[in-house]
This record gives sequence, C-alpha cells and structure tokens, in this order.
Amino acid sequence: MASGPAVRLEARAVTMRLGDVLALDGVDLAFEGRVRIALLGANGAGKSVLLRTLHGLMKPTTGEVAWSGEAPPPHGQAMVFQRPVLLRRSALGNVEYALAVNGVRDGERATQAAEALARVRLSHVATRSARTLSGGEQQRLAIARAWALRPRMLFLDEPTSNLDPTAAGEIERLMGEVHEAGTALVFSTHHLGLARRAADEIVFLHRGRVAERTPADLFFRSPRSPEAASYLQGELP
Amino acid sequence: MWDIAESFRLAFGLITGADPELGRIVALSLGVSVASASFACALGLPLGALVAVKEFPGRRVVVVSLNALFGLPSVVVGLVVYLLLSRAGPLGSMGILFTPPAIVIAQTCLVLPIVAALARQFVEDGWHEYREQLTSLGVSAMRAVPTLLWDLRYSLLTVVLVGLGRAASEVGAVMIVGGNIEGVTRVMTTAIALKTAEGDLPLALALGLVLLSTVLALNAAAYAVREWSVKHHG
Amino acid sequence: MNNVFARILSRLAATWIAAAVLAALLLAGAPWAAAQDFITVASTTSTEQSGLFKYLLPEAKKALGFDVRVVAVGTGQALDMGRRGDADVVFVHDQAAEEKFLAEGYGVKRYEVMYNDFIVAGPKSDPAHAKGKDVVEGFKRIAQTQSPFASRGDRSGTEAAEKRFWKMAGIQPEGAWYRSLGSGMGPTLNTAAGMNAYTLADRGTWLSFKNRGDLVIVVEGDVRLFNQYGVQLVNPAKFPHVKKEMGQKFIDWLISPAGQKTIAGYQIDGQQLFFPDYKPGP
Repeated sequence: MASGPAVRLEARAVTMRLGDVLALDGVDLAFEGRVRIALLGANGAGKSVLLRTLHGLMKPTTGEVAWSGEAPPPHGQAMVFQRPVLLRRSALGNVEYALAVNGVRDGERATQAAEALARVRLSHVATRSARTLSGGEQQRLAIARAWALRPRMLFLDEPTSNLDPTAAGEIERLMGEVHEAGTALVFSTHHLGLARRAADEIVFLHRGRVAERTPADLFFRSPRSPEAASYLQGELP
Repeated sequence: MWDIAESFRLAFGLITGADPELGRIVALSLGVSVASASFACALGLPLGALVAVKEFPGRRVVVVSLNALFGLPSVVVGLVVYLLLSRAGPLGSMGILFTPPAIVIAQTCLVLPIVAALARQFVEDGWHEYREQLTSLGVSAMRAVPTLLWDLRYSLLTVVLVGLGRAASEVGAVMIVGGNIEGVTRVMTTAIALKTAEGDLPLALALGLVLLSTVLALNAAAYAVREWSVKHHG
Repeated sequence: MNNVFARILSRLAATWIAAAVLAALLLAGAPWAAAQDFITVASTTSTEQSGLFKYLLPEAKKALGFDVRVVAVGTGQALDMGRRGDADVVFVHDQAAEEKFLAEGYGVKRYEVMYNDFIVAGPKSDPAHAKGKDVVEGFKRIAQTQSPFASRGDRSGTEAAEKRFWKMAGIQPEGAWYRSLGSGMGPTLNTAAGMNAYTLADRGTWLSFKNRGDLVIVVEGDVRLFNQYGVQLVNPAKFPHVKKEMGQKFIDWLISPAGQKTIAGYQIDGQQLFFPDYKPGP
C-alpha cells in the first residue's frame, strides 16, 4: 500500500538522561526500508525510551534522530503503546478522530475508518464504545488507528504483553499483515517467540547501549554479546 | 427542636402543595443558576483546559490566581457588578440592575473561576494519561483541549454540578445586584434571607429544605446520567 | 482540518449552548422582560419586613396598571440608590437625611405619607429597669447598667432615630454592651432575641416579627418615638431615565384618599401598623 523511495531512520549518538539515570547512552542505529526490528533487553535496558525517542515523543539529550526518504515525521510513522489510550467514543470514532487530526477530509473519513476496522477484523464492534472492548480488541483497535494513518514505519511498545495467547497471536498476525502491506515494524517485546517469528533483525539493548544488532535466526542460535547470551539463558526455559 | 420538625413538615407541604409563588421562585432560581453555570462552563472549561495543557510563561501565576479566586467573597463580586451596572456606572445605560440578567452576570463571575480551576485540575490529570498517545497521533496542545474536554466529560460533569450548586446557593451578590424584588429577582436564597429577617425561622428553614431538595434532585439526575453513560460507553 | 476542529468544538459547545439558550428563554419569558411597565422604588427594610409592601403593592398595581418593584435596604442606602439613579422613587423614614437628599437636588419634592412609631424591645426580665414611657430615660438606664443593646448600625432611619435618642440622653454609646450589627430590622431583632438585648425597632416590623423569644416591648408611647415616612421622586433633571410619569403616579396614589385608606387597612392581629398622615401642603 505504501510505495516510493525507501524510508530511512537514523539515530546518531543518541543519549537520553532522565534525572540521574542515563537511559540511552550513545545509541547509533539506522533502519532503512521495510525492516522488521525487535528490540530486546532486560527491564530498564532502555527499549521503551528508545522507541519513544525514535518516534519523536522524547527529545534526545544529545545526538539526533533523523528521517530521510519520502516519509518525514510525524505522520509517516505511528506508534502502538503497551496500554493504548482509547478515547471515550465508538471504535469507529477513535479511528475517525485520528484521521481527522491528520487532515483526512470529512467525506472520506468514515470509509477509511471502516476499512481500517475491517482490516483488524473489528467491523462487528464498530459502534461499540472503545473502552468497553476486551484487552485484545483494544490493542487491535490501536493498531487499526495507527495503521489508518498509512505510516511508513510503525513502532509498537510490547504490543502483546498484557494479552492472553489467543489475543497475542491475533496481534502477531496483524503485525505480519501490516508489514505485508508495506510498513516497516520496530517493536519491543519480552516474548522471544514473537521476536523470533515477527522480526528479521534483533537489536539487543543493555543499560542504554546497543549491545548487538543481529539477524534474528542467528541471534537466537548464537548471540554475539555476552549480555544477550546470559539474557537468553535466563529467559529461555 | 420543634422548629426543625415544623420546618420539615412545612417543607413537605410546600413541595407537595404546588404553591405558585414558590414555583416561580424555584423556577427563577434554577433559570438564573443554569444560565450562569452554562456561561461559566462555556468559558471556564476551555480556559481551565487550556491552562492545563499549554505551556506558557506565567502559567504558574495563572494557576495560583485561579485557585485563589475560589475564595472570592461573593459580596465583593456583588458590589463590583452593582457599581458596573448602576445607572451612574459604565454599563448603567443597559438598565439591567435589579433584573435577572444582573444576577446571571454576578453568578457567572463567581462561578467562572471555580469551574476554570477545577477543570484545570481534572484536565491536567487527564493530560498525563493522554499526552503520549495524543501527541503520537499528531495532536497539538490546542487541538487536545476539545478532545480532553469531551473525553473527560463524565468527570467534568462534577465540575458543572459544583458550579451550578455554587450559583444556586449564592445569596450575598444576588441580594445586592438583584435587590430581592418580589416576583422579579426573588430567588430561593434571598427569599430565605427575607423569611429569616421576618423572624419566620421555620418557614425560612423549610425554604432551605426546598432549595436543598432541588439541588439534590439535579445532582441525582446528573449522577444517574453519568452512571448510565459510563456503563454503556466505558 | 479547520472544519474538523469546528465540528468537534461545536459538538462540545452544543450541550452548553443548548443549556444557556434554554435558560435565556426561561429568563426571557420571565415578567421582567415582558413588562417595561414598572418603576423601581428604593425603600427600607422595615416597610418590607413588616409585610406592608406585600399587602400594598398588589393594590397599587390594581389602581395604577403597572408594577412597582421594591428594593428594600436601609434608609441611607436607599437614598444612595436614588443618588446613583438606580431608583425612580425613594420611600424612607429619616427626615433629616431626606431633606438633605432634596437639598442636594436629587429629589423633586418630599411628601409625608404615613407614620408609625418606634418601640424599645428588651428582655421580659428588664434588667435595666428601662420600662416606661420615656425613651431617653430608658436609654440612660440601659447604658448605666451596661445591659446589652443591639444597634442596627446600617445607616437606616431606625439607626438615625436611635442616635438621636442617645444624643438626647447625653451618652456616647460604646463598650462591649453596645453591639453595632450592620443588619436590617429583622436580623437585628433575631440577634437581639438571641442574646436577650435591648433594641430600637419600628412597630410594624415588631408586630409582624415571629421570632421574639423573650423580648417584649419595654418603652412605647413617647412622642419622640414618632416615625415619619416620606416619599420623593428622584429628580429626572439629574437622571433622564427616571420614569417620572409612573413614579409621580405612584406617589399621587399613595397620598390619594384611596392610597391612604389602603395603608390604614394593613393590620396584623387587629393592630394597625402604619397611620396615613398626608396633609396637602403649600
């Protein structure tokens, strides 16, 4: 669905100081094209902060985040949060709101929003109040809302962490479909299975630094950094 | 103590007796209070929300001032509005002193800072929750104001009710700018003041109970609407 | 984008505006808007709280065909309302202050309409032994025994009379026993009843007052307790918006035989409260 020159996102020497804590410490990363990146790392390693910094919600203390290609921020990108904040209106209304904010004209909004809901298989609850949906449905609605903005790159912060296996599986499938349709994915997760199946590359963070960036199959077979190795050992059964 | 029992009996009689004069007084009380609360909310809610989400120099001063205006003595407001509306004052030519619009103006001045200060607090709390999500969707602070006001509508209903209650219970300013003219500007509170002045304490208290029941009924209705909406809309 | 903003904003505002419009309609339907036919009279708390106006105004409306709206405050404040042009007619009871008002050019002509009398109310036990027919003697005894005395303290006609009596008694009232309340007649009686104090009241308010507690009349019948009410049209030369025709009609009705008879007809428990005494003058 999205076409044109590949999107390129680059973080250069990004540090982020939050109070006394150095949450990001000299991060250099570049993502180009329709990548699928999983951010892994222990709690507090800086995954969420990195996502927010790349997305533009947080300004780096030093260093910079730069976009090039045909999808400049903010609207060529979107983000799905761990706990999405849905507005107190219908499911359809939530998507329409995002479209309205991003300048989609009145006449086209309803159609586009309905299509977005259909893509995440939520048409049957379109008129239901968003806040009364189940956790899995809420997360799917959040994806529909982000997807409706036709982002070139989609950030997801632990998208399956609060969901039961069925709902998590549904989110994983949707992530695949979003990617199929032409959007790059950058997501953080603790579900190693999700990372293995849904990512081409793993970026492993340790104490605010990028410990390694490795193709997914290789990462899970033989991580290069000792931090990742011990993380995998601790996490895997 | 027999006075209070007598008052309850009188109040019951007043409410069930459908006295036309009392009906007029209650209607006028509600009319001016709803009007003032509406104006105060129409201005105060967006104002409070704007102060909550927008960073600007002097914001702290505005927040502290809003909170301080909570304690604005109603008699001072009454006096200022009186001097403005008096024939010898700058707005005297309007000729609305001692009319219901004068009461609405005074009550609006009293209720506005309360509504704005409370709305500021509610919206600021809401903004903490919504900020990342809305910013991520490309929503500016200005654009977030109507969004937050609408999304926090159930909490803000409380603010509206507080404003309405404040307006309906106001007596000092209303007495000064309304003049407590029978059939024109006599509202529940000034009627109570007059009955007290006449030494008819049981009837004064009975009128107070009628006022209380009216405000109670309004609150109960609003609460029911809110409960129903929360259940159906989350 | 603009049109989106407008849509959401309008939905938000719609609720309030609907409420405001509703309220405005309510107000528009109220009598004040319908009737431009009214005059505003600044008068005293004693005339309102004695119930005179509640009885008199419907009669006046029947005779005159327009509404008479009364704002009841102390005499001093009522005259100030006239000075600001906020009333068409002033109807008060403090001859000295009324004549000053007239001399300043705020009034047109002063008509004496009616009188009643003041009484001194006090505790039944009468600790100051003030009981009698001599108000000045009574005041002296209250001061000597330092018995609690509640003063209006609101520049009303009643307070002006009270000050005159203290002056006649040669006493400058001050001290813990002398309480200046800054209240209307009714609230002052409430307070006096509450603390068993002496107070000066007009008979009209006293007769209609229901919360007397232990208070009884201690002094009455002294000619000096005479309480004259006067009425004046606010000078249209000062304030062009003054409704001079209607205002004068109201005054003319008050001093007409019909109006005077109506005033005389107001009774509580068979007692007449106000005595018409208009005398056609030069």
